[in-house]
Amino acid sequence: MKARVHVMLKNGVLDPQGEAVRHALGSLGFDGVEGVRQGKVIELDLAETDKAKAEATVTEMCEKLLANTVIESYSVEIS
Amino acid sequence: MHAAVIVFPGSNCDRDMKVAFENAGAKVSMVWHKDTEMPAGVDVIGIPGGFSFGDYLRCGAIAANSPICRSVVTHAEKGGYVLGICNGFQVLTETGLLPGVLLRNARLKYICKAIDLKVETADSAYTSGYAQGEVITIPIAHHDGNYFADDATLAQLKAEDRVAFRYVDNPNGARDDIAGILSANRRVLGMMPHPERMADPVHGNTEGRKLFESLVGQLATA
Repeated sequence: MKARVHVMLKNGVLDPQGEAVRHALGSLGFDGVEGVRQGKVIELDLAETDKAKAEATVTEMCEKLLANTVIESYSVEIS
Repeated sequence: MHAAVIVFPGSNCDRDMKVAFENAGAKVSMVWHKDTEMPAGVDVIGIPGGFSFGDYLRCGAIAANSPICRSVVTHAEKGGYVLGICNGFQVLTETGLLPGVLLRNARLKYICKAIDLKVETADSAYTSGYAQGEVITIPIAHHDGNYFADDATLAQLKAEDRVAFRYVDNPNGARDDIAGILSANRRVLGMMPHPERMADPVHGNTEGRKLFESLVGQLATA
């Protein structure tokens, strides 16, 4: 199975990189960009064939390593 | 007094930390990240600055899950001393031994310069050689030194007198100007500035030296 994990900074945590991207878009003439948040996508190839088990395992991976839940939220898609 | 300095791929202040401990009178063992146990009789573990594992994923995240870090956590949970400087501080937040996290600097620049640092508490083995409120000048060298913790955590750190150091002129956006914090038992210290880089007369000043001397002195007599 394949898993796709989205990791984003939580609301309220300043994202200086997102802000820098927003400024760069403005200087390229893209007006009206009111906010940019930058995150990451992590794709995993799993040997597991049971969707529920895969989701549980990937969630555990997120809690232990893939995200720092002090500042980041995550979501898991299994396909 | 026996200190262990952990070496990760990408550590670059490990030797400086070793020299600072040795000059303060400690015996030092260098410990590789793939080792699973500390040498016998280690009193304090130093986690040095650098870019462990290239800062992949998040700074300190991969190092915090390396085999040796399990014994760092065990050491701390048994009441042992752990000093994390710069990347070492990032590793300590990732292990959960210290609260909060170090974000990218607010102005996105890597900053490498000497800064003024205020000693906020003299109540720890690390800071007892300084006076509370004393301002010392030591270098910072980081891209991710912007300390972040939620309001409840910040209030707790303040209430328990666990902010060890604050920046006089905040260079990186750190909340509440925090540069270094202590654990609840005051035996784990994480700090972004580099006292080991101001610990020898050839460094220009020796204001970081007292941190190592008071730690080693206190543990040698304990």
